Formats: sequence, C-alpha cells, structure tokens
Amino acid sequence: MVDSPKIFPLGDNCLTIDFGNEISVELNTKAISLASHLDREPFPGFVEAVPAYSSVAVFYHLIEVRKNFPECDSAFDAVARIVRNSLAQPDQTRVAKNRLIEIPVDFSERTALDINVVAEFAEITPAQVIDRFVAKSYRVYMIGFLPGFAYMGEVDEIIAAPRRDTPRTKVPKGSVGIASRQTGIYPIESPGGWQIIGQTDVEMFDPNGDPPCRLRAGDEVRFVPR
Amino acid sequence: MSLIFKKPGILTTVQDLGRTGSQSAGINPNGVMDAAAARLINAILGNDDSAAVLEMHFPAAEIEFDEGTVFALGGADLGAELDGRELRNWCSSFAKKGSVLKFAARRSGNRAYLGALGGFEIDKWLGSSSTNLAVGGGSFSGRRLIAGDRLDVSGSSEKIRELKIGPSIIPRYSRFPTVRIIAGCEFEFLTANSERMFLSEGFTFTRDCDRMGYRLSGTPLHLLHERQMVSSAVTFGTVQLLPDGQIIILMADHQTSGGYPRIANVVSADLPILAQCGPGDGVSFAMISVAEAELLAVEFENELNFLRVGCRLRNHDSDD
Repeated sequence: MVDSPKIFPLGDNCLTIDFGNEISVELNTKAISLASHLDREPFPGFVEAVPAYSSVAVFYHLIEVRKNFPECDSAFDAVARIVRNSLAQPDQTRVAKNRLIEIPVDFSERTALDINVVAEFAEITPAQVIDRFVAKSYRVYMIGFLPGFAYMGEVDEIIAAPRRDTPRTKVPKGSVGIASRQTGIYPIESPGGWQIIGQTDVEMFDPNGDPPCRLRAGDEVRFVPR
Repeated sequence: MSLIFKKPGILTTVQDLGRTGSQSAGINPNGVMDAAAARLINAILGNDDSAAVLEMHFPAAEIEFDEGTVFALGGADLGAELDGRELRNWCSSFAKKGSVLKFAARRSGNRAYLGALGGFEIDKWLGSSSTNLAVGGGSFSGRRLIAGDRLDVSGSSEKIRELKIGPSIIPRYSRFPTVRIIAGCEFEFLTANSERMFLSEGFTFTRDCDRMGYRLSGTPLHLLHERQMVSSAVTFGTVQLLPDGQIIILMADHQTSGGYPRIANVVSADLPILAQCGPGDGVSFAMISVAEAELLAVEFENELNFLRVGCRLRNHDSDD
C-alpha cells in the first residue's frame, strides 16, 4: 500500500529518506515521526536527525557506524538498514499541540521588494496579492535553511510565484517571502532566492532564548497587515 | 596566559569541529572549513581532537603572546613570522613572553589555522565554541575578532620539544584540484550532456566564495525538465544547481536546507582541499561511490590516530 521511501546519500556522513517531493501534512507527519523515533532510539554513531517537509536527513559519524556494524559493506548501508527497520515499526504518532500565532507584517512598497513580480505572475494587482496572502493561515512544516526560519504552506496557487532565478546576496531581516506554494520569514539578514512581499519586526530567532526559535513545526501562523 | 590581538585580521574566528544536534532548529554546524588542518594541529600539540583553533584569512592577525606559549600553525601558508623569524606550518613552535606573530604574505591557500597547547578557554553555545556569525552565537558572542581582544590559553607556558609531521598526511592542497564527489539526490535529473560536462569540464571559483559557499562559473548545466523542489536537507559539500545553470558548493557556514537540485556532494576527505581554494582558482569533479568515499575517510582517520599516538609519545618524552 505504502511506497517505500527513497534513501540516498547526502555526502558520506549523512543520508536522506525521501517520502515524496510534495508538501503534505501526511508526509510531513511521517518525516517528523521518523526523526523523533531516531532521536529516542539513537544507533551507535548517530549524530542527529533533521526532518524537512517530506524527508529526513540522518547525520552519522561514519567511523563509529563502521566500527559498530562491521558486517555491513558501508556505514551508508548500515544506517539505511536501521532506518528501514525504524520505518517498519508501528507508527508512534506524536500529538503535537498546534498553536495559532499571529505575525504582524508591513506590506508597504518599501519592504515588498518583489510584489510586482508576484503580481505579474498572478496577473492581479499587488493589493490583491496581499489580500490573497493574508486570507488564510499557514502550517509550519519545518525549521531550516537559517536559524529559526519556518517553512510554511500552502500559499494560494494563484500567487505561488517560483523563486528568483538568481538569489539576492542580501535579503533584509524579517522579510516575508514566497517560493511557489511555500512562505517563510527571514529571521536574519541572509542571501536568499524567495520573492519578498513584506517585512515583520517580530524577532523570529533569539540565540539566548529557550527555545531560540519563535516558531516550531506544527504551528499555525496568520499574517496580519500592519 | 593569552593571545593578544594587536591587529585582528580581515576575518579571524574561533572554530572547532562544529556544532551538532541543533540543525532541526535551522542552526547549522559552522566549524572549521579545513577540518584536516585543525585536527592535524591538535594532534601535533597533543590536544583533544575537537579543541578549538583560530581560523584566519589574509590579511591575517597580528598576535602578541603575554606568556610563553606553545602553538602550531597549519592550512594556508600566509607567511608566518615570529619576531621576524619565518615559521613553517605543521610543526609546534614556542613563543616567548612578549613575542609577536605576524603574517607577511599569502603564498598558498586561503585559510590558516593556529592552535595552542591545551586549547583555548572560551564559551560554548549549544555544545560548541564554533563562531556563528549569522546569529551571534559561540565564541566572542559569535563575532570575528577585533583589535584588543584577548584569547585565553588553557595550557602550561613551559617549552616542549618542537614537533613536526611528515608530508604524507598533510592534505594535497592545490589551486586547481580535482575533488571527488558522490552523486547527489537530483544528479539523475541532469541531461546526459550536462552530466558529461559536469564530470569532464573545469569550473572557476568566482568572487562569491566565502564560508557559506562557493559560487562557481562554467558552462551552464541543464535539467531534463524544470523542477520545483520542496526544501530538504543540504550539508557541507553539497553541490547545488542554480536556475541559471551555474553551480554553488555549500561550505561550513551553509544553510541547513535548500530548494535547489543537489547534483552532488563533495566527499568529506576532499573538503579540506576545497576549503583552501578561493576566487580565481578552478576545480573539476570526479565521481566515486559512497563506499569509496568512506574508505578515504577511514584512511585519514587511521593515519591521524597513528600520528596522535606518535605525537603523544614524543611530547611525553620531552616532559622527562
């Protein structure tokens, strides 16, 4: 019934388990469950498991893994086998409490660097782009790319403009962007390729905070025009 | 005892082997670009494998030693001089109280490393003293060093016998290396022609080369069909294909995830070679299997272990 996920190397001390190249709550839940299962029951040489939209990256210390699983041809084979075993175990669905978090956003021309690109893509006016954008709430699927950067979805198909062909070398801190059906907030100034449509002054990441990230996977976010 | 920074250098940071366990929060490992150099220096000094070191670029720092200090240099050759006397890489040296270390000229490579006997006394953030410049975490609150900074050394100030290591274990640095790669998750989406070009042509390092990543320039590569990807994990050494057909190699300060096709990953054994490349240099790629890549890592580890035992014995001898 279930397709077996694709497992492939990401360098020689990490592998990725890919449940499918799509944004879906079901695949995202699978990814988070597998990562937390490995966290709870780490194998010798395990470093960390990092869930994404619909995949998990498992980092390992290849020397340690090879020492502990000498019967395997490679550390990659050993970890792939461990992962398949984890996947075969009955689901341990985590009950994540969904928080609803409101983020005020300035959508003025000064901050909405790519609003015209998105409007052109959607063949509607910039104001209509913003109306569509704030009309719904978004699930936080994963934190990645930058400290505290929450990947959220799904953006209305009409305004789901693809990434820029050439990434900006500097996207301002707090920028709210669109990349196809994903949306996200740049917690710090950074290079980036998303289409920027606004900016928030909410601190998304505080290195001394506990936890340091404002958002976590499973949250619901609503953008409020300011 | 401390190192006192008379001049900070253009980008001098404290780094160790990286911060693990926080990538789920989007916090990347950071750490030294050239792990081989850092680990070899620590072996020479008899330090912990993961002891923090200084990473310097050219122009590098000017450092005064306020007590007698044993230290070692490795990685790039930036023309180190201790009180005007030339110093070589890959050996331990003794600086007297008041000695000044300067770096006169960049001769090869882009990143030089300095370790001190006993390591440095510095703060850790999330288990590591590596500097996260992007968010201000780690050593010196995540900033590069500035003039007047003092970096405390934990070791004793007694002189020990000077040690140097043989050339066989030192990375074969080159300005135009062939680095080995493993096929990436999206390699199969390249056109046959692009696959061939990727593995046969040379690429040039552009001016956009820093601790986050290296943008290369070469014949544009193409995918069989345009592909929008949901974001997934990337790591140190991931080779991504940008929509304009150019490639970027993610380095130590890389993001934790990305949405561009990952056509390859540079094997960990060759990351130190890449770490010493910079604008104007060039690279070509040779594909190997994961098992082969693992064996390269195992080989280095075995040689390093051998070296560590040897250095420990020599350092111990000199105590007697």
